[in-house]
Amino acid sequence: MIIGEQKPIEQILEMIGDARRIVLAGCRGCVTVCSAGGEKEVGILASVLRLAREKAQNPIEIREVALERQCDPEYLEPLRPYLDEYDGVLSIACGAGVQFVAEHYKKNMVWPGLNTNFIGVTEKQGVWTERCQSCGDCVLHLTGGICPVTRCSKSLFNGPCGGSSDGKCEISKDVPCGWQLIYDRLEALGRLEMLEAVIPAKDWSTSRDGGPRKIIREDLAV
Amino acid sequence: MKSGSRLEKVLEAGKFAVTAECGPPQGTDAEIVRKKASHLKGYVDACNVTDNQTSIVRMSSMAACLIIKELGIEPLLQMVVRDRNRIALQSDILGAAAHGIGNLLCLSGDHQIFGQDPGAKNVYDLDSMQFIALVKRMRDEGKLSSGADLAGAPRMLIGAAINPFADPFEFRVTRLAKKISAGVDFVQTQCIYNLEKFEQYMHQARDRGLTEKVHVLAGVTPLKSTGMAKYMKTKVAGMDIPDGVVQRMKDAGKEKGKEEGLDLLCETIERLKKIDGVRGVHIMAIEWEEIVPEIVKRVGLYPRPDVS
Repeated sequence: MIIGEQKPIEQILEMIGDARRIVLAGCRGCVTVCSAGGEKEVGILASVLRLAREKAQNPIEIREVALERQCDPEYLEPLRPYLDEYDGVLSIACGAGVQFVAEHYKKNMVWPGLNTNFIGVTEKQGVWTERCQSCGDCVLHLTGGICPVTRCSKSLFNGPCGGSSDGKCEISKDVPCGWQLIYDRLEALGRLEMLEAVIPAKDWSTSRDGGPRKIIREDLAV
Repeated sequence: MKSGSRLEKVLEAGKFAVTAECGPPQGTDAEIVRKKASHLKGYVDACNVTDNQTSIVRMSSMAACLIIKELGIEPLLQMVVRDRNRIALQSDILGAAAHGIGNLLCLSGDHQIFGQDPGAKNVYDLDSMQFIALVKRMRDEGKLSSGADLAGAPRMLIGAAINPFADPFEFRVTRLAKKISAGVDFVQTQCIYNLEKFEQYMHQARDRGLTEKVHVLAGVTPLKSTGMAKYMKTKVAGMDIPDGVVQRMKDAGKEKGKEEGLDLLCETIERLKKIDGVRGVHIMAIEWEEIVPEIVKRVGLYPRPDVS
């Protein structure tokens, strides 16, 4: 899923400036699962913002809403009937959701309440880690199901650099060396021979480098 | 001859090669480069010029290579894939070859977090292995990564770095084998202090027949003090300094630190010379380039052979 975390409250207050009436929109998708932008977080953030603005003697009216998703047009529709009455939307969906709200409601200001961090997993409660950089050309079959693009700090394709030490990456003792993970897994699978071949240069055009990406499914498109 | 560089001739003649390293300054003063490199003239077969080492901005490696070349010292251009994509890498290689630079070291590069610009974006379009394969293709097939034909192929002796002390140890020789199959002609190692481990590594490399296919230049760095030994042991990733080495520097005391460091280095080189498959030594005297002549003389590698 997409992992996000709330921006510092000071930054949010600065972004919304003197807006007096805002919609605070959560999302019941990924950011609900990672406890950053769901219904519960909408409630908490709204209270914090109200208190801060009351303290500053500049009260704010906040309409709380948790949309099913913010990345599908039909789920953005519930905002339409009342959005004219508000100065803008503080969205605590991922960056895609924030942008989709902006695209659909051209007359309203839209502010991002989260930082969108990565595509990752819940390692354990309260701990999320990155797994995928959406490069658009998956190589997991070559590397034991562990992504070198994401898990290696240098996105190397042919084994660990000279900075791998005691299973850790050179950038930090808190970061496992992705290639050590790949090596250990292939060793456990008895498939170390898979690491002998040189993996050729990657075509990054399927990644961000090819420009904004688009998928059209002819069988589904209407 | 692949490049016709002096380094290639020395290695092909079966002579024990000597390379050293020169780090460009954080500024525009060419005189600093000349001064550092002038100590090395006649004592080394080629001089590595580092490429923004530890991710700290310095005069470009290519520019500093040209400065030392003017002094009659053969440059060895280091290039990291951290800062350049395949377009920039190839363009720089063509430029380097046009200026008569004939030795190249293909490196991953330290992560930018180590430098003064941790907020910089890194590139890593290619990894060092893919970079080696690219240069080989340019040289041997006269083609660019795109498949386009080159008007003049770069004659480069292709080098890479190896670190026998990084993990996983069991994979390190495989990684050397991969660099060889990608097309590397010579490799320079990380600084060697743990000779037992290096001998073990070379044993594995010989068992796989790799030392017949590549020239291994053993890397060494003279220690100046106990502090330096401790720093390298604990702060430099992938560095293996046995406790005995630190203790030896400690026992020597502050005043005799440099002397002891040199003794240790020369003993190391003497042992390295005897290891089957080691074809040369790479002396990285960091900010102590002036000591290189003394080292080369002490270990009996001066004068350098005439290979012209």
